[in-house]
Amino acid sequence: MKIAVLSGKGGVGKTMVAVNLAAIAQQVAYVDCDVEEPNGRLFLKPEGVARESVCTLLPEFDASKCTGCRRCVEFCRFNALVYIKEKPLVFPEVCHACGGCQLACPEGAVCEKERPVGCVERGQHGSVRVITGILNAGEASGVPVIKAALRAGDAHGGLEIIDCPPGSACSVMESVASADYCLLVAEPTAFGFHNFQMVYELASLLGKPCGVVINKMDAPYDPLERFCETNGLPILLRIPYSRQLARLAANGEIIAEKDMEYAGQFNRLLEKIGGVRR
Amino acid sequence: MRIAIPVEENKTDICASFGRAPYFLFYDAETGKTEVRENPAARAQGGAGIKAAQFAVDERADVLITIRCGQNAADVLQAANIQIYKADGTNGAENLIACQENRLIQLTHFHTGFQGVQ
Repeated sequence: MKIAVLSGKGGVGKTMVAVNLAAIAQQVAYVDCDVEEPNGRLFLKPEGVARESVCTLLPEFDASKCTGCRRCVEFCRFNALVYIKEKPLVFPEVCHACGGCQLACPEGAVCEKERPVGCVERGQHGSVRVITGILNAGEASGVPVIKAALRAGDAHGGLEIIDCPPGSACSVMESVASADYCLLVAEPTAFGFHNFQMVYELASLLGKPCGVVINKMDAPYDPLERFCETNGLPILLRIPYSRQLARLAANGEIIAEKDMEYAGQFNRLLEKIGGVRR
Repeated sequence: MRIAIPVEENKTDICASFGRAPYFLFYDAETGKTEVRENPAARAQGGAGIKAAQFAVDERADVLITIRCGQNAADVLQAANIQIYKADGTNGAENLIACQENRLIQLTHFHTGFQGVQ
């Protein structure tokens, strides 16, 4: 079973929920797909880390074969190609590595070479397999690294907790595409609720069963409560806005490993989702 | 000398965006002729600056007058030896005169890409 943990906006508590679920589940792969700022590893502190590079493909042009027909430039919907001074030129950060220019070229003047865009780290936190996708700074798309991290998670087999990037764009879609369940972490504020609705829309478009964790809750936020009720979204856990939890998180500690009360709560959360192994 | 200017819907005021300007004005200093063409990059999903720069190159511009310009577009324009000048105000006609009287300064600061996010 694959459980994706996501939220519309950042800073809601995705990683906190994901690492706690992983720590409780134990025989599990924790996959950090928040590749622009992967911080699950700050809590899980994996040991025996091995690192593998992730590459994407970038077109190269053979000037001796190019006739200047520009079919490659016209084909590129991302506008990553230009034709200047009688030769094609590629903008690597804009290229999505779709391979279309190579197919479009009637002269066979385009070939693809590998370009590193990030890496995947594999390590161990007790019996938790910790897989971290890391995107190189300045890269436009994290999708190739997310795909590589998810492949590493699948290779582990069994239960997987996927810590998704914030927002509801391509990188989130990629992260949840193969998930069996979406756990939506919500913040009881107007801003948090707005983005929560967007991410719920994405998860329901993809036909994923969803449940909700409300984090940093000092009082119920009516629009969020009503929205969950109207859409039949179960609220599985409410975590209060507490100084003690904030302190544990700020120290890079896993709440469920420090506090028996929360260990029980996260265990019940895992049980309700159907990912429990004990 | 052929001068290119990204212009607004009214086809006379200079547009604040280079890549997503609805039109481009081309002025031929030798013949005094002005042409206004639709910018094929105006509604591009991404890479609008790159595509608009390709358009300016294909239209044989020697000079571009613009309020601002991204780094990717500047790379294309510079590769094609197009001079980039910073617009003084938003009046297209006044800038054409200022350019021909060498009163405009070269644009040297280019912003990073918006990657489709404006």
